[in-house]
Amino acid sequence: MTGTNGTHDSNGAHDSNGTPGSKSAHDSNGAPGSKGAHGSNGAHTKGASGTPLHLAVALDGAGWHPAAWREQGARPGELLTAAYWAGLVAEAERGLLDFVTFEDALGLQSAAFHRPDDRTDQVRGSVDAVLLAAHLAPLTTRIGLVPTTNVTHTEPFHLAIGIATLDHAAEGRAGWRPQISSRAADAAHFGRRTTPLLTEEDVTDSELIAARLRELFAEGAEVVEAVRRLWDSWDDDAEIRDAATGRFIDRDKVHHIDFQGTGFSVKGPSITPRSPQGQPPVVSLAHASTPYEFAALGSDVVHITPHDRAGTTAIVAQVAEAVERTGRDVEARPLRIFADLLVLLDDEPGAAAERLARLDETAGAELTSDAQVFAGTPAELADLLLDRRSAGLDGFRLRPGTLPHDLTAITRGLVPELQRRGVFRTEYESTTLRGHLRLQRPAGRYEAAG
Amino acid sequence: MPANHKKQVHLAAQLPGIHNVTVWSDPRSGSQISPDSFIRLAQTVERGKFDFFFLAEGLRLREHKGQVYDLDIAGRPENLTALSTLAAVTTHLGLAATVNATFNEPYEVARRFATLDRLSGGRAAWNVVTSYDAFTGENFRRGGFLAEADRYTRAAEFLGAARELWDSWGEDDLRADAAAGEFVRPGAGRFAHRGQHFDIAGRFTTPPGPQGHPVIIQSGESDAGREFAASDAEVIFSKHNRVDVARSFYRDVKQRLARYGRSPDDLLILPTANAVVADTDEEAAAYAREISRELVSPQTAIAHLEAVWGRDLSAYDPDGPLPGIEPEDDAHLLKGHSVFRKGRGETARQWRKLAEERNLSIRELVIEVGGRQTFVGSPHTVARAIDDFVQTGGADGFVLVPHLTPGGLDDFVDRVVPLLQERGVHRDDYTGTTLRDHLGLSDAPRPARWGGPGVRRRRDEKETSA
Ligand SMILES: Cc1cc2nc3c(=O)[nH]c(=O)nc-3n(C[C@H](O)[C@H](O)[C@H](O)COP(=O)(O)O)c2cc1C
Repeated sequence: MTGTNGTHDSNGAHDSNGTPGSKSAHDSNGAPGSKGAHGSNGAHTKGASGTPLHLAVALDGAGWHPAAWREQGARPGELLTAAYWAGLVAEAERGLLDFVTFEDALGLQSAAFHRPDDRTDQVRGSVDAVLLAAHLAPLTTRIGLVPTTNVTHTEPFHLAIGIATLDHAAEGRAGWRPQISSRAADAAHFGRRTTPLLTEEDVTDSELIAARLRELFAEGAEVVEAVRRLWDSWDDDAEIRDAATGRFIDRDKVHHIDFQGTGFSVKGPSITPRSPQGQPPVVSLAHASTPYEFAALGSDVVHITPHDRAGTTAIVAQVAEAVERTGRDVEARPLRIFADLLVLLDDEPGAAAERLARLDETAGAELTSDAQVFAGTPAELADLLLDRRSAGLDGFRLRPGTLPHDLTAITRGLVPELQRRGVFRTEYESTTLRGHLRLQRPAGRYEAAG
Repeated sequence: MPANHKKQVHLAAQLPGIHNVTVWSDPRSGSQISPDSFIRLAQTVERGKFDFFFLAEGLRLREHKGQVYDLDIAGRPENLTALSTLAAVTTHLGLAATVNATFNEPYEVARRFATLDRLSGGRAAWNVVTSYDAFTGENFRRGGFLAEADRYTRAAEFLGAARELWDSWGEDDLRADAAAGEFVRPGAGRFAHRGQHFDIAGRFTTPPGPQGHPVIIQSGESDAGREFAASDAEVIFSKHNRVDVARSFYRDVKQRLARYGRSPDDLLILPTANAVVADTDEEAAAYAREISRELVSPQTAIAHLEAVWGRDLSAYDPDGPLPGIEPEDDAHLLKGHSVFRKGRGETARQWRKLAEERNLSIRELVIEVGGRQTFVGSPHTVARAIDDFVQTGGADGFVLVPHLTPGGLDDFVDRVVPLLQERGVHRDDYTGTTLRDHLGLSDAPRPARWGGPGVRRRRDEKETSA
C-alpha cells in the first residue's frame, strides 16, 4: 500500500496538527497555531473515491516552455525580482492550491539535463529558493512553500536550519524538496569533490542515469535522514523558562543526533528549535527505481512522471515495491503520490495546441519534457486528472507552460472545474502544509527516550 | 536645527540569540524564534530610521561541563532565511547576516547574499566571522575547522572569491530581450578562482542586487582581525562601548585604513551597546540595576565563574566570596562561547582583584563585570551621551541590543530617536534606498581594489563601445 486510499479517511482529524504541540506559555503572543477556526469540514470536497484531490504548482522562470519568456504577457526582465514571485504565489493561493514548488540548482540552467551549455536564448539566472520562499512567507497565509535545495554540496546542518527557519517564518507551511546535484560541472563550483560526469548515453535512459547516480542518491538519503534528526533534536517542550532554577531550556529535551553517515557525520543538536510542523513535508521528484527508493526512504510526497494511465499504474506499483523494499510503514508514515504534468491551457478547444505549436516554433524545437505535456482545455485536463487519479494517485503537480497565463488558467479555470465536480476544496481547511496534505504532525523521535 | 557638520550617529539593532543579555523571565519577554518577534523589532527600528537590523550566528549550541548550556536564551533561526522574511515586511532597513567563512563555501554564500540583496532591493550586509573551533566543526560534514592562523587567510580569500562571483555578471548581462531572443549575454556569470583555499570555476547563477556587493562587516578583535577590517570591511563591530577604551580602538582601526588606500570614512565602527531609558535618570539607574541582576541568576553567576576558572565550582555559594582555588588554565568547560575563548587566566586574576578590592560576592562580581549597561538615563541623558560618544571619536554609532524581545527598543525609538533628530545627528527620514546609502558608503566597491573578471569585462566593454 502506498497510502493512496484508506490512510486518511479520518475526516477532520488531520488539522489537529496545525498546532505545534505543547508550547510554553510565552508563545501565546502570536505563535503559530492560533488560527484555530477552520470553516468547512470538507464534506463537499470529496469525490467518488472519498478523498479530495491534491494540487500543487511548480513555478520556474517564465514557465516550463523554453520560449515562455518571449510570450506576450511574460515579464522576462523581472524573473529575479521579489514582486514577480509574490504575484505568482498570491495567484496560486487564490486557487487554494496545496503548495507551490520552487526549482533551484547550484549552477546555471541548461537545456541538457547533465551538462551546462552556452545558450543565450533561454532563461538563465536564478535566486536561492529557500530565501525566496522565506521572503514570500509573510506575503501569503495558507499555501505551502516548497523550495528545492541540493543535497550533494550543501551542508546538512545548513539545510536543516534553513528549512526549519522557513517553517517558523511561514508558521507551518514549509516543505522541502531535496535534490541531488547530478551535473559534474556543479561540483567544480565547490572544488571539494567530483561527481560522475554523465554521458549522452546515460541520459537517454532514466534507469541508466539512476544507476550512475546511485551513490549520490544513497548519500542524499543520508542527508535527508540527518536533516530530519536535526529537526527532531529539540523536543516540542524543550523551552521551559523556569525562573526558579534559572533554566531557559531543559537540556534533557535537546539532543545530540550523533549522525554517522557513510561519508559524513553531524553532531547536533540543531540551533533552531523544533518548527511548527515538527517535520516539514519532504517532497521529491522520481523517475526510476533508485529515486523511488530515495522517496520511499525519506519523502512525504513523491512526484512521478507517467505519460498515460497504464504508466501511472505501473509506476505506482514500482513505488509500492520501493516502499516494501525499504520496510517503510505507510500506515504510520503515508507517502503521497503526485503525478507531474506540464500543462498549457486555453478555454477555446484547440487553442492550447496552437499556442504550443507557436511556442515550439519560437524555440526552434519541439518541447520535450520528462513529464507528460498536456495542451487542452481546463475541462479536458480535469477529465484526465480524475481518470489518472483512479490509477492510484493522491494528486498532481502541474508545471505551467507559460506564466502567468497557464497558472491563471489553473487557478481560474481548472480549479473551479474540479470544485464543480466536488473533488477540490472550496476553502483552505487547515493552516499548515501537513494539514493540507492530511499528514499527521509526528512526535519528535527523541522525545520518548527523554 | 544645528548645522549639519556634526557627525551622524549610525544606529543598528540586534535581536539577541544567546548570552545573558535578555531578561527571558520577564512577563513581557516574547518568543525568541517566532517570526512575530523579528518582524516587530525590525519594524520598530525602521520606524526609528535605523541603518540596519543584525543577526549574530552560532552554529552549535554552547555546552558547559559536557552538557548543553541551559541558563541563557537559546534557539535561533538561520540568518539569511530570517532576513529574507524581514525583507518582505520592511522597506528601507538594512539586513545584516553573520555568516562564518570557515563552515561555508564561497559559491553558496555569494549566491545567498546576492539573493538577499535582490529580494530586499539593496539592503544586504554580511558580517564575516572566522570562529574556527573544532567543537562547531563537528556539525559539518567535512569537519570544516581550521588552525587559528589560517582562518583569516581563508576568510580573505573567501571574500575575494565571493567578490569575483558577484562581479561575474556584468551590469547588463541579463538582457531579457524577447524580440532579439537573447536572454543573457554570452558568458554571463563565468568565473574561475584558483587560490590556496579555493579552486573553483564555472558559471555563477545570480546577477548581483542593487548594491553590487553587500556591505561587508567584520567583528574580530585580534590584530589580524583589525587588519582584515582595514583592508576589506565597511563596518566593524566591537565590544568596546566604554568611551575611553572605545576611543583607542577607534583610533587604532581608523589609522590602519590609509595603508590600503582607504579613507577613515570608508569603515564605520559600531560598538555593541544597550540603553536603559526611563522618565528620570534615577528611575533609569534603578531599572538598570534590576536588569543587571535579572541577567545574572545565581546559577548564571556560578557558570560564568566556572567558564573563567575552568573548573567545577558548583559547591560554591553565589552570594559568598570568590573561591580561593586557582584557575585551571587549559580546561575548556564552556564550549562554543567566543567571549571566554582566550585569556581566561588573566581574566580570573582581574576578577579576583576586583572582588577583593570591592568586597563583592560571586554574583555581585559577575553582575559588575558583565551586566554593565552602556547608556542609562532619561531620554535627554541618553541622547546626549550617545551624541557625545560619537562626536568625541569613540564610535560612528552603535548596534543596540535590547534586553527584552521584541519590545525592548520601543522606548528608545519613541523617546530617544526624536531627541537625536532634534540634535541633528540622526536622519528624519531615509534619504536613500540601499544600506550603502544609509551608511554613506560609496555606491559600489572600487574596481581598482577588487577588480574581479566581471568588473574588468564591464570596463572593457565600455571602453570598446565608447
Ligand atoms: C561585536 C561582536 C560580535 C560578534 N558576533 C559573532 C557572531 O555572531 N558569530 C560568531 O561566530 N562570532 C562572532 N563574534 C566573534 C568574532 O567574530 C570571532 O571570534 C572572531 O572572528 C575572532 O576573531 P579575532 O580573533 O580577530 O577576535 C563577534 C565578535 C564581536 C566583537
